[in-house]
Amino acid sequence: MHARSKNEPAPTDNPTTVERKSERELVVTRTFNAPARVVFEAWTKPELLMRWWAPKTFGVSFISCEVDARTGGAYRFVFGHPASEQPMAFFGRYIEVTPHSRLVWTNDEGGAGGPVTTVTFEGRGARTLVVYRDLYPSTEALESAIASGSTSASGFSETFEQLDELLGTLGASAG
Amino acid sequence: MVQYQQARLDASFAALSDPTRRGVLEQLGHCDASITDLAGKFHMTLTGMKKHVGVLEQAGLVTTEKVGRVRTCRLGSRRLEDETAWIERYRQLWAERFDELDKVVEELKGREKIDARKKQE
Repeated sequence: MHARSKNEPAPTDNPTTVERKSERELVVTRTFNAPARVVFEAWTKPELLMRWWAPKTFGVSFISCEVDARTGGAYRFVFGHPASEQPMAFFGRYIEVTPHSRLVWTNDEGGAGGPVTTVTFEGRGARTLVVYRDLYPSTEALESAIASGSTSASGFSETFEQLDELLGTLGASAG
Repeated sequence: MVQYQQARLDASFAALSDPTRRGVLEQLGHCDASITDLAGKFHMTLTGMKKHVGVLEQAGLVTTEKVGRVRTCRLGSRRLEDETAWIERYRQLWAERFDELDKVVEELKGREKIDARKKQE
């Protein structure tokens, strides 16, 4: 156990759920204890996105984060990891940006098989329900994303996490 | 065993770092294909595609089988990974990400309060 500093707010206990809604759709939901305006801001400003999109536990770190959160605007996230010489870029275009309520973007790094991501922000009093939805062009595209472990940035990160775990094990057994 | 796992992870990193190889996985997600088919789809020489498939095969992401003169490629054993377990790991990743987002959101809320107070003064 370690005491949190006063400056570091504790995460809420709001649960995160993931559901495969259909043959080609994955849906993630989470409630935040803040108005939609605030949550939306954290999803659309690069300096804020960089603080949470790739938490330390993922093992990857941002090299750069470019976000033009306007309908038709582009984004580009570039990550690095000590185990990989090549940085990994994730990029696409915003199909729709409706302030404080809805974001839709493409995921173009994998070619035509990439999902379209829709995020909605629904105000519930002082809280906001965020629904993140990845819609793949086909069942096969979703299946192969699962098979190769690559869904958005998290697939790679997950692999890196495994690597970190493994490196931890190796370090422990060597010592 | 650990060495084997590490070799496999290294192979996975190498395999997934290349856009053509990610494209090949995507393609094989639709249907099995011969090296010749894949070379045609990706506008590459047969030798170039053989190399890419070799890298994917080493990583366990693709298996190949030669029947007569045709080598057919299909997605590897990882496809059989238990989907429920995969979804649970995916959920954990999002939960970690959202815990960080909580902190950012709290800070923004705090800032808004300060700004509102300044305006009142």
